[in-house]
Amino acid sequence: MKSNAASPTAAQSQAHVWVVFALMVAVLALAPIWVYPIFLMKVMCFALFACAFNLLLGFGGLLSFGHAMFLGSAGYAAAHASKIWGWNPEWCVLFGTLCSALLSLVVGALAIRRQGIYFAMITLALSQMVFFFCLQIPFTGGEDGIQAVPRGKLMGWVDLDDNQNMYVFVLAIFLACFLFIWRVVHSPFGQILKAIREHQDRATSLGYDTDTFKLIAFVISGALAGTAGATKSLVFQLASLTDVHWTMSGEVVLMTLVGGMGTLFGPVVGAAVIVTMQNYLAHLGAWVTVAQGVIFVLCVLAFRRGLVGEIAHKLKKSL
Amino acid sequence: MDIFGIPLQAFMGQLLIGLINGSFYALLSLGLAVIFGLLNIINFTHGAQYMLGAFVAYLSLTHLGVNYWAALVLCPLVVGATGVVIERLMLKHLYKLDHLYGLLLTFGLALVIQGLFRNEFGSSGMPYPVPEVFQGVFNTGFMFLPKYRAWVIVASLVICLSTWYVIERTKLGAYLRAATENPSLVQAFGINVPRMITLTYGFGVGLAALAGVMAAPIYQVNPTMGADIIIVVFAVVVIGGMGSIMGSIVTGFGLGLIEGLTKVFYPEASATVIFVIMTVVLLIKPAGLFGTQK
Repeated sequence: MKSNAASPTAAQSQAHVWVVFALMVAVLALAPIWVYPIFLMKVMCFALFACAFNLLLGFGGLLSFGHAMFLGSAGYAAAHASKIWGWNPEWCVLFGTLCSALLSLVVGALAIRRQGIYFAMITLALSQMVFFFCLQIPFTGGEDGIQAVPRGKLMGWVDLDDNQNMYVFVLAIFLACFLFIWRVVHSPFGQILKAIREHQDRATSLGYDTDTFKLIAFVISGALAGTAGATKSLVFQLASLTDVHWTMSGEVVLMTLVGGMGTLFGPVVGAAVIVTMQNYLAHLGAWVTVAQGVIFVLCVLAFRRGLVGEIAHKLKKSL
Repeated sequence: MDIFGIPLQAFMGQLLIGLINGSFYALLSLGLAVIFGLLNIINFTHGAQYMLGAFVAYLSLTHLGVNYWAALVLCPLVVGATGVVIERLMLKHLYKLDHLYGLLLTFGLALVIQGLFRNEFGSSGMPYPVPEVFQGVFNTGFMFLPKYRAWVIVASLVICLSTWYVIERTKLGAYLRAATENPSLVQAFGINVPRMITLTYGFGVGLAALAGVMAAPIYQVNPTMGADIIIVVFAVVVIGGMGSIMGSIVTGFGLGLIEGLTKVFYPEASATVIFVIMTVVLLIKPAGLFGTQK
């Protein structure tokens, strides 16, 4: 998928990205003074989810329509590890991430056998399979989900039931993953990924095993989506079917589209916009779905660069 | 009489349900394949348009007293017309872009349509009466076959096969197939390809609506009926491959039957069996049973 590919000069100079990053850290560090921290943690979880998704779509050109399966199953894994096994939260998040990484290895290996539109349909179908699986097996609690998940004590020491501590924990996870994604995008691996996005056959002819690169990108993306899901289940102390449902897969596409696919900060902005909108429109029921649909249509027809993409285009810099 | 320890009556009953589901899979995947062939767009709105067909039938019956037979003709026309509008206003701007934008746009449209209907009608189903001619059952000796269900299977077979005939065996279909291969060359021969694209989309959407009308008396009319079925239909399309019209039909009916059989022997897996088959097909023949990989 064509997006805001950085020009060579912009790719070399990263100084402005550090400025924006510092700004983002400052906003996230100070925001809890004015804004409800749980809400901010939700935004960060979805921002991470969208960044992970964007790594695949924006930089790899692969549209997965089933990313909810990684978010949701990692959520279940982490919730189970915390509630039943009594693990410390950092291990729960790691465990969730690992489970999603394994799942994405299997799903990715299947899905990259087809390209383009089929790839999207296959991931959607497989995530629906995971949804039915989660609905039927006993350990997920079916319709009830896993409730009252303990947040636990970080390294057995810092009590995460305190929202302030939890906030720092989530912020640290989010920033670490964000920096990791940034690093991946600008690594040689990321450059090859872009080459595959722009022209797969050309990348193949240059000697790259494109399928392996796509699979690695898929696994990284799925694993990080899992990190987001595991963290989310600890924040809300709940793992439920909502997170594995296809509507969630649609939402992450929307967040990325609104913020700007192929940009570093776009998914973060997009997640903030969509989560805020859901928050304010929550009492209107199905109108949220309608609003999301309308935004989808408008973005595709007239606003394909997204918010951050549009700004980056005006400034002629990659963001 | 038992088959593998299952009473024949129950066995045939599930097979019948499988065939019914298969009819709808076939009709919907056929529409998707026709649209994809010419527009290169996967029509995510297809499920919503199937739901629209059922709703237009339901609303015109309750408000205007339009009977089933009239609905069978009118609903596809009405919903197909909305499809034409969608194509003219939105989809036509996307042909030069990556195919994925078409998927995203139609997904957004599906959300809008389903959201609006959920606001208006809630999530509970509304019953649509079985037309009088088809009330009652045939007694075939070994099972009772509800007349309406028999009608649905026969009707959808006829519709599928005549669509196949039109596309594969008539001059109009030849134009269509030619435009799928090379639109600019066909246009150079003086055929109005943009209009053909518009009408094709309208036709595909009309097929979805027709399936919706036929489904109304069997399943209840409800705003989420399309969302549930469309993902399964996507899997059907991946299994069959979209290259062949007959492939869509055969795969649709076949998978419906397999789903029905699974309900008999291993009910827990009946929701996922089609996805499992998709996985196996991807491993063995990635292009799909009837497809060719480009």
